[in-house]
Amino acid sequence: MSGQVPPLAVSGVGFAFPGRQVLADVSFEVAAGEFVAILGPSGGGKSTLLRLIAGLLPPSAGEVKVAGERVRGPRRDVGMVFQKPTLLPWRTALDNVLLPAGFRRGASKAEVARAEELMVAVGLPDAAGLYPAELSGGMAQRVGLARMLLHDPDLLLLDEPFAALDAMTRERMALVLQDLWLARPRAAVFVTHSIPEALLLADRVLVLSGRPARIQADWRVELPRPRLTETMAGPEFNQLALALRRVFDEVAA
Amino acid sequence: MRRLWNLLPPLVTLGLILGAWHLATGPTGLPSYLLPGPAQVGRALWGGFADGSFWPHIGFTLTSTLVGYAIGSVGAVLTGICVAESRLFERFVYPYIVAIQAAPKVALAPLILVWFGFGLASKVVLVALICFFPLLVNTIIGIRAADRELIEMARSFSRSPVFIFLHVKLPAAAPAILGGLQIGIVLALIGAVVGEFVASDRGVGYLIGSATVNMNVSVMFAGVIILSVIGMAGSSIVQALQRRIIFWQADRSAPPPSET
Repeated sequence: MSGQVPPLAVSGVGFAFPGRQVLADVSFEVAAGEFVAILGPSGGGKSTLLRLIAGLLPPSAGEVKVAGERVRGPRRDVGMVFQKPTLLPWRTALDNVLLPAGFRRGASKAEVARAEELMVAVGLPDAAGLYPAELSGGMAQRVGLARMLLHDPDLLLLDEPFAALDAMTRERMALVLQDLWLARPRAAVFVTHSIPEALLLADRVLVLSGRPARIQADWRVELPRPRLTETMAGPEFNQLALALRRVFDEVAA
Repeated sequence: MRRLWNLLPPLVTLGLILGAWHLATGPTGLPSYLLPGPAQVGRALWGGFADGSFWPHIGFTLTSTLVGYAIGSVGAVLTGICVAESRLFERFVYPYIVAIQAAPKVALAPLILVWFGFGLASKVVLVALICFFPLLVNTIIGIRAADRELIEMARSFSRSPVFIFLHVKLPAAAPAILGGLQIGIVLALIGAVVGEFVASDRGVGYLIGSATVNMNVSVMFAGVIILSVIGMAGSSIVQALQRRIIFWQADRSAPPPSET
């Protein structure tokens, strides 16, 4: 069905809080199966942009189209992961994965089976019955990834999902995400302020900065997949990172 | 063994107090019409239970406390939900709630007795009124304090407002609501006793009041002890409930596992 209709089209989008213009004239498209990283400084409007795409906030100008339809509110064919794990402390890990289906009681047999498969896929085969307080930060975000994938969405939105994790866990989680995505490549928008994380995951990097924020650069990342920890040590990766860093400093200056 | 060991210090304190009390009320101490000795109070307690004269009073106080508490608590939670979830309702009602909350409800006791008679009804109304407000305020604060990010997450997965209320906001408010219930059970007992002081022909409050008239200080003490036991029992029951319902806040002493 994709063909000519892009899974995501953002055109001329602006957003203002009372007294502050956050985003101005942001336009880009994401093709089917394309992983796009949006790179920008903290507090620079990246999360706001993602909320506009998710239908959690209405844009002040322009429009967002998902699968060719104008976004008016949250959609079932879009899955999201947040910076904090945002798990319900009073529900088990499995029930949290099943939240989009109305928990275990509201879910169909197929949905429960899918949730169980996803728990295995994110590397938590034995955590179904644990409560969030019993999970480490990395485990909690794995639950968040499984929850995002429950209804097999065509568009993934990730809002700095690994930013609160320690460096080692963070890298490992990026590779877990890559594996999940490679199992079924689909349109994804990944917001981050980490250049290595963007290069490790993305087919394309958009640099978003300025006040109000605009798209300052649009880069393709041609590194072969699957990318590994070793990829990050290679000369190609480092050259890209350095060049991207220059762009970043230039637009920030 | 450990439990017994933990019980020892408070028991030692109790022994010392009883000992001092006994000495203070001895032949050279205070006269028994001011402060009866522990043995006299014990006899008054034992006598009241043995001849069955305490039971109707205890039954009356328990009934008015529990019925009033139930009515007041259900009303408070429902009203709190309306205020927290409806801006319109809040704007019409909230200023008055704040105003009434600041007023001492006990002062209304005589009026309530005139309106609802000297029987059970007036005590139930007074109890309900007294435990209503703290729980109402706690319910409102608890629902409002629900994590915005959890609500946004649930919205992003197309969950309905009803679902978000039942599964995100209400559980988030549970600790505050149970805190309000904990305060309420203590206030409920106070309300019942005050009502009985003002006008009643039964109840532990009446028992204490009539013993005062007869200068029967031993029975007054017995009444206070009975009320303390009822209060502690109620408090412990609510606390046990609290631990069960908000299990996710229970002290999970085991740290989360390290990254694997």
